[in-house]
Amino acid sequence: MASAKGIFCESCKEKRASIKRPKTGQPLCQECFFAVFEEEVHQTITQNGLFNKGERVAIAASGGKDSTVLAYIMKLLNERHHYGLDLFLLSVDEGITGYRDDSLESVRRNRDQMGIPLQIVSYSQLYGWTMDAIVRQIGMKNNCTFCGVFRRQALDRGALLLKADKIVTGHNADDIAETVLMNVLRGDIARLQRCTHIITGSDGAIPRSKPFKYSYEKEIVMYAYFKKLDYFSTECVYSPNAYRGHARTYLKDLEAIRPSTIIDIIYSGDSLSVKAEIKLPVQGTCSRCGYISSQELCKACVLLEGLNRGLPRLGIGKANGSNLKEHIKKLQLKEERERESLRGEKEGELEEERVKEDQLVYGGCKEERGLKCSCGHKTDTLSLQTENISLEF
Amino acid sequence: MPLSVEIEFSGGAELLFNKIKKHKIELPDKMGVANTWTIRDLIGWIKENLLCERPELFVQGESVRPGILVMINNIDWDLVGGLDYVINNNDTILFISTLHGG
Ligand SMILES: [Zn+2]
Ligand SMILES: [Zn+2]
Ligand SMILES: [Zn+2]
Repeated sequence: MASAKGIFCESCKEKRASIKRPKTGQPLCQECFFAVFEEEVHQTITQNGLFNKGERVAIAASGGKDSTVLAYIMKLLNERHHYGLDLFLLSVDEGITGYRDDSLESVRRNRDQMGIPLQIVSYSQLYGWTMDAIVRQIGMKNNCTFCGVFRRQALDRGALLLKADKIVTGHNADDIAETVLMNVLRGDIARLQRCTHIITGSDGAIPRSKPFKYSYEKEIVMYAYFKKLDYFSTECVYSPNAYRGHARTYLKDLEAIRPSTIIDIIYSGDSLSVKAEIKLPVQGTCSRCGYISSQELCKACVLLEGLNRGLPRLGIGKANGSNLKEHIKKLQLKEERERESLRGEKEGELEEERVKEDQLVYGGCKEERGLKCSCGHKTDTLSLQTENISLEF
Repeated sequence: MPLSVEIEFSGGAELLFNKIKKHKIELPDKMGVANTWTIRDLIGWIKENLLCERPELFVQGESVRPGILVMINNIDWDLVGGLDYVINNNDTILFISTLHGG
């Protein structure tokens, strides 16, 4: 059998290796692993021009492994390579008892240990609703839609408070490969095209980037372990996320057979280009809160309207600002009918996931995919005309 | 002689073990031909004796589920034989989940 003493670090050839690097299979000692991991992130940052000197950068911090390591690395690289950035931790408090409380504690420890100032924005502050209250109102179905829409905006609002020029998130290579897979499985060409972009938000929102785009999740976890970084690990109590879970399992099985799979999938996504013009909604601003929106009311305001009127379905699916009244009427009818029959409809998780993703990007339902808004409202947003689309590799 | 071994779970793997991170265990003498414990045997033992819920989130086949890292005395198990590593008295074996939270 292999002995525990034998293998030396392939890089320095002096110390004993303690890691078989997931990305390359190289045996490395701790120090050499830290060095290559940090250098790769630095290369990703510089080659993609993620930051400019003097910028204020908000690190989206959940207290989990990715954002904890990201905060640590951002601080380290900023000092080592003189990026000249002002760094901030930015956390969203969704108001989920027992989940967010604990993870915010972990973010506070990061603040103290790393010496990076922290800004917390909460759903209750911004919207007057905690996730706990929303779930009490709408049940466990669709709650991730609310969570997703609200979180996205909350991060932007927090970044505005910080006067941040950029937001960075801890999305890693595995996350991105998984999203590529899901978009392939759903045939969602428009999202497929965008989901590997390292910078998003050129449409008026604060630009967001992913310095860990090429960093394997395994390496992030190993880095945190050897650096003894303190992070919080659990699942959101309200998020079953089954479809994503299957894609993840599939990806992990592929990775076990061939570790380069993750990077290969990202490269495939990167080199995909879609020729046809895809009609994207024109960006304007929400007439109520001023947030960027392609509709008269932004997604968060529509969802809030529904919550406050006791019509939580409003905004699940297509809710066009201009047809809001008609939409509300239909929903009221529908809610009434349902109260009478009291039958809990069980839609597939896949559909729910799709609806959720659609909302985040297009703010609309897509009948073409067999999806209908819960009110039966017609869709007028993005329609994918598959026959006009050609894939180029 | 029974082996005394320290087992640790972290990164969310502990959630499957009543949130207990450290377990001091004794692996009994095997009466059969091969009187040794490998990591493969240990994973089977954990499944039978320690795992509290949803075994499919920890075990896959005779190994751990892909996405769970195994460190033996602070060294990546892939460098010391993986499933075939023969456990010594007082070894520390750590299972880290990479699958929880972001
Ligand atoms: Zn070395
Ligand atoms: Zn959620
Ligand atoms: Zn709005």
